[in-house]
Amino acid sequence: MQQHRTGPAWGQEEKLIPLSHTILLSAVLFAVGTVGFLVRRSAVMMLVCVEIMLNAANIAFIAFARHHLSMAGHIWVFVVITVAAGEAAIGLALIVALARERGTIQVDELRSLKG
Amino acid sequence: MPTLESLPHVLPEVALAVTAAALFVLEALWQPRGRARRVGFPLLALGGLLAALLFLVASPSSAEPRFFGGLLTQDPFSTFVRGVAIVATALAVGLALGSPSLPSNRRVEYHGLLVLLALGMCLLSSAGHLLMIYVAIEIVSLTSYLLAGFDDRGGRSAEAGLKYVLFGGVASGVMLFGFSLLFGLFGDLSLSGLGQALAHSTTLSTGAGRWATLLALVFVLAGLGFKIAAVPFHMWCPDVYEGAPTPFTALLSVGPKAAGFAVLLRFGTGLWPELATDAAAATSALPWLLLLGVMSTVTMTVGNLAAIWQDNLKRLLAYSSIAHAGYMLMGVVAGGREGPGAVAVYLAVYLIMNIGAFAVVSAVDRSAHSEDIGVYHGLGRRAPLLALAMAVFLLSLTGLPPTAGFVGKLYLFASLIHHGGFWYVLLAVVGVLNSVVSLYFYARVLRAMFLESAAGEPAPVSLANSAAALAVVLAVPTLALGIFWQPLAAIANFSGSLF
Repeated sequence: MQQHRTGPAWGQEEKLIPLSHTILLSAVLFAVGTVGFLVRRSAVMMLVCVEIMLNAANIAFIAFARHHLSMAGHIWVFVVITVAAGEAAIGLALIVALARERGTIQVDELRSLKG
Repeated sequence: MPTLESLPHVLPEVALAVTAAALFVLEALWQPRGRARRVGFPLLALGGLLAALLFLVASPSSAEPRFFGGLLTQDPFSTFVRGVAIVATALAVGLALGSPSLPSNRRVEYHGLLVLLALGMCLLSSAGHLLMIYVAIEIVSLTSYLLAGFDDRGGRSAEAGLKYVLFGGVASGVMLFGFSLLFGLFGDLSLSGLGQALAHSTTLSTGAGRWATLLALVFVLAGLGFKIAAVPFHMWCPDVYEGAPTPFTALLSVGPKAAGFAVLLRFGTGLWPELATDAAAATSALPWLLLLGVMSTVTMTVGNLAAIWQDNLKRLLAYSSIAHAGYMLMGVVAGGREGPGAVAVYLAVYLIMNIGAFAVVSAVDRSAHSEDIGVYHGLGRRAPLLALAMAVFLLSLTGLPPTAGFVGKLYLFASLIHHGGFWYVLLAVVGVLNSVVSLYFYARVLRAMFLESAAGEPAPVSLANSAAALAVVLAVPTLALGIFWQPLAAIANFSGSLF
């Protein structure tokens, strides 16, 4: 990918907020999402935790894109946001369908498929 | 190659995209009734798939395999897998004709989504860039979530769809985080660029850099392992297979798995180009091969052992498909030219025998409304032709001669043994032992069909539907390819090379 340096402001910004801080934020968000997914039993909350994981990756992409001075990481984030919207729409549609049939969205109570 | 010159090379994908759009738009504008709806739309979908297949066969060869600035890489292996994906989708359209598990008022959407899924699988099998891998995996996943939740009789199907969406979301989230780590470590997103960076980077010389790279690879493997249903990312598989409408389950067990194997192979050969040519010398790829080898062993063992306890045929075939992912991983580990060739042969064989087995399940389901092993009791007397076809598929899945499954397994084991080395031969031995275990649960179905008599008055099994016809038709090549395997050898020769 082509790399553009857009003036001295880039380097100065990096001094203000070092790469390690952004990456740490991203790692913490990813851990929050993962733990939340494993602990929460409501399907909606699990979907929210998946979104948190996706956004943790987004932050990492933005941070690394600035570090490498590459536009590819920035473009990636827009793609992920679009896909995540589609995923949330489909997930919520299935949750609504299930809530109508069973009256619950707790994944512990979904046992008609043994497993 | 720049965008405009790339277009003639993606005509199959263009045909699929146009067909899917046409299906959705025609449904919305025209709202057809009666025969146009029942027959016309499946025919339109089949026509689009046929056009895509013709474009694929006639696609111009190119000296430069990378298109759209490196987003897509086309090589003989990807051409073959795209063919498998399109044929599998066409078979799923055939299976769906008159199937009671699809609501009649939403048939058109079903076909539109199937064609979109085929498009995603085609893109996935030739993706040469991390962004393309991500987008293609999501096209395949999002359409699969919807199709898995398509059956509106009872809540089983919606439950399957929801479980699929939750597991799939986490798997793609983890994979995405792995991609971001790879991007951060090596500063590139295309597979070829990552390969060069890996070869020259100083990142791997530090301990922290090595661990970070390994972590990124494990995260990526989680996403790809989810698509091929490899242990430990297989938990969704039995539930989704059981709950999804059977015509779609047949496709799900073959198509996305084939595309997943293509991208797994391309990821490995992209990051470590020496894997494609000389697998024996590829010591730099050691952690990746080690991960895949362990995954292969665990996947086939867990799949086969869990299948023993299943009484529902769809769950049994789900665990069997997990075990088969383990077998095919052996070919990925073997690498070189022979490994991908063996995987391609197995994919071709697996396409025929697994969709055939699901066609029998679908045919029995139409009259018995159950997939329990109990309704298969005495099938040999009630529907001898169907039971005979099922016997052929089960023997082929076990890998017994004279069926195509035997030839497929032979290629996989041979690729490992030719590679040589203690661990590779050990993996082949584990594969053979697993095939012996699998004989037990496949033979259980055979015994139910031929040796046990049905309790009470079972419903007669009708042969006059598309599923039974497809099952009988697919049994022929399963047997024929086991005796005359020159076509399979040609596949191995053709599709062994990846760029």
